[in-house]
Amino acid sequence: MKTEFDSLVRRGSFPALVCVLGAILAGLPRVASAGLGGGFELPEAEELVRVLTLRDYNTRVVVAGATFLGIASGLVGSFLLLRRRSLLSDAISHATLPGICIAFIAMQLTTGNGKSLPGLLVGAAVTGTIGMMAVLAISRSSRLKDDAALGIVLSVFFGAGVCLMAIAGRIEGGNAAGLQSFIYGKTASMLLRDAQLIAVTAFGAALASALLFKEFTIVCFDTDFAGVQGWPVGALDFLMMALVVVVTVIGLQAVGLILVVAMLIIPPAAARFWTYSLRRMVVLAACIGGASGFVGSAMSALMGSLPAGAIIVLVAAAMFALSMVFGTSRGLATRWVRHVRLTRRVGRQHALRALYEVAEESSPDDPMQPQPVASLRDKRSWPARRLRAHLRRAAREDLMAFDADGRVSLTERGLVHARRVMRNHRLWELYLIAHADIAPSHVDRDADMIEHVLDAGMIEKLEAMMLEDVAAEEFVPASPH
Amino acid sequence: MVLAEDKLSRARRSRPEYGADHPPEVPLSIHDMTVAYHRRPVLWDVDLDFPEGRLIGIVGPNGAGKSTLMKAAIGLVPMASGRVTVYGKAFAKQRRLVGYVPQRESVDWDFPVSALDVVLMGRYRHVGWFLPPGRAHRNAAMEALEKVGMKDYAPRQISQLSGGQQQRVFLARALAQESRIYLMDEPFAGVDAATEKAIVALLHELRGKGCTVIVVHHDLQTVKQYFDHVVLLNMRVVATGPTADVFTEENLKKTYGGRLTLLSEAAHAIATDRRV
Repeated sequence: MKTEFDSLVRRGSFPALVCVLGAILAGLPRVASAGLGGGFELPEAEELVRVLTLRDYNTRVVVAGATFLGIASGLVGSFLLLRRRSLLSDAISHATLPGICIAFIAMQLTTGNGKSLPGLLVGAAVTGTIGMMAVLAISRSSRLKDDAALGIVLSVFFGAGVCLMAIAGRIEGGNAAGLQSFIYGKTASMLLRDAQLIAVTAFGAALASALLFKEFTIVCFDTDFAGVQGWPVGALDFLMMALVVVVTVIGLQAVGLILVVAMLIIPPAAARFWTYSLRRMVVLAACIGGASGFVGSAMSALMGSLPAGAIIVLVAAAMFALSMVFGTSRGLATRWVRHVRLTRRVGRQHALRALYEVAEESSPDDPMQPQPVASLRDKRSWPARRLRAHLRRAAREDLMAFDADGRVSLTERGLVHARRVMRNHRLWELYLIAHADIAPSHVDRDADMIEHVLDAGMIEKLEAMMLEDVAAEEFVPASPH
Repeated sequence: MVLAEDKLSRARRSRPEYGADHPPEVPLSIHDMTVAYHRRPVLWDVDLDFPEGRLIGIVGPNGAGKSTLMKAAIGLVPMASGRVTVYGKAFAKQRRLVGYVPQRESVDWDFPVSALDVVLMGRYRHVGWFLPPGRAHRNAAMEALEKVGMKDYAPRQISQLSGGQQQRVFLARALAQESRIYLMDEPFAGVDAATEKAIVALLHELRGKGCTVIVVHHDLQTVKQYFDHVVLLNMRVVATGPTADVFTEENLKKTYGGRLTLLSEAAHAIATDRRV
């Protein structure tokens, strides 16, 4: 269990889980207050159709913006995950807050309009970049580990941001109330130009990921090797992180600085469960991100009182959970099925072998004679219940048959299988004795572990090596014991 | 290969930029190298000229600075002082002539790429910016995999390979670089017998082509068998030369005997002295 957990942590699933918890916590107070205010009603069918077919202008803008944001963050987040810097995005997003406040104060004092969005986003990008570089500089130049550097930068920048926000609130004539929406996000108020900005950024991120795919890959996989080859590792690394900053900044408005992290981590972490190919993983992460943006913002439009940012993250989390269980390359269910299959195959082979060996001793002329089940038990140290389960399964597969007295015998089909299993086993035993210098008394156990995974090519090699004349199919070498 | 040789001949024709200390016929020349980690010196005043077309082993006890020497030579670890030249020119201008095999543990083998993808990384510099590697490069990568006996494993995800197979993938990646000089950091560490054989065969093939191969090695038993030239290292160069002359009991005693030599005591004093 511990190693399972460790491997989850290493793969970046752990940060993803933390994000999910964060999303739930951020969503809870609003659900509660909505509930107190008379409860929210389930949407009517008519409304459902209207939202899902994007008939409202507002819904269309918000859903498009959220979808593009999901795509961009899925793409950029993939490289972040593989560079093992997932949580760096958390430091970046928190570090944007002081920038937003400083930009607001500066613009309020100079132009009198502190709420110009481009100005606020530039401020966010500047301090976000400074925060990102601060983390990297601290972990590089001191002996502190990454997690400590992240914690320091994240809290210091966020603290500075909260202070600056209070100062911004006291500026005469300025209305700083809107700044808070950057913390939790305000998807529903997204304007067309916001969505356009997000779409352009998503396109830029896709273009950069496509053009620099090979360069980003080599920097993520083996930084030293890339450096020796002469790639500008520092610049490429910076570009990768700069893309993260850009996606974080445009995501601030939509999902807020606390939850934008989830958009960068969860889709790529979910995609890893489905494929071993980096190219497919990146594309899949973009799809998962886009789909959660779409579904989440549409759901939020249907249930007006629920904040879109949190819903988007929860949808992404649901996809992550599904991927973790059903993912075709490393999902838990897939691995479990594989394990059960192997256990059953090994069990069947052991049962066949035990029955064959018992029959070989008691009635060498007719290996299909029925044998008492108890005699099989002595062949291996298996519990009675498991032996019975193996035998019953073998009987269902028409490999064995029970007679009226409860004795068991090999069927025609079972005999063919048993001979093949025996033959592989004894070939392997002979090989181990002859070439691996293993004492005959120990060889049974070692042969046991490997024979179940021998493939056809290996068996051919063994036959050529161990049997002078490549004997007929049903020839089974005598036991060396 | 054509490109690499072209560059080599150009390197030989041009005048050496550092004067007589760095003759253009020496594949790798290290001059006055000192490296320190957090104020603790790891290598002192290393002067080395590696001869061309040889299999060269760098041997010494743990912590002697073998890997550091290699990493500093190719710029992965900053030097406190020193110069490194490749065929008479600064390393930065000669990168294409140098292939590198890092220690196997230095990367994440759970990374979602196949064995072929990893070997293709050796071709990336030949491919250039932005483009994906084309068919010619794929063929070159497959050829490199075949040379280390891993052709059948090309589509395998790298986490599904055994340790020895992973090491061979790394070697194939360096081969795909088509260099003149190969630097290998402990390629024999923790590999199976089949891989060891494959690596030795590969080393001989490279030497046959006139390549210079420098290997950080930890197993004293096999030094005489594998290498024609040896560098005995323990924070400084204890001895260097043809294996038959240099790999003697006396030199080994100097390298390994008495771990706490005066030199390392001095280093410890510097590292712990608050005034420095």
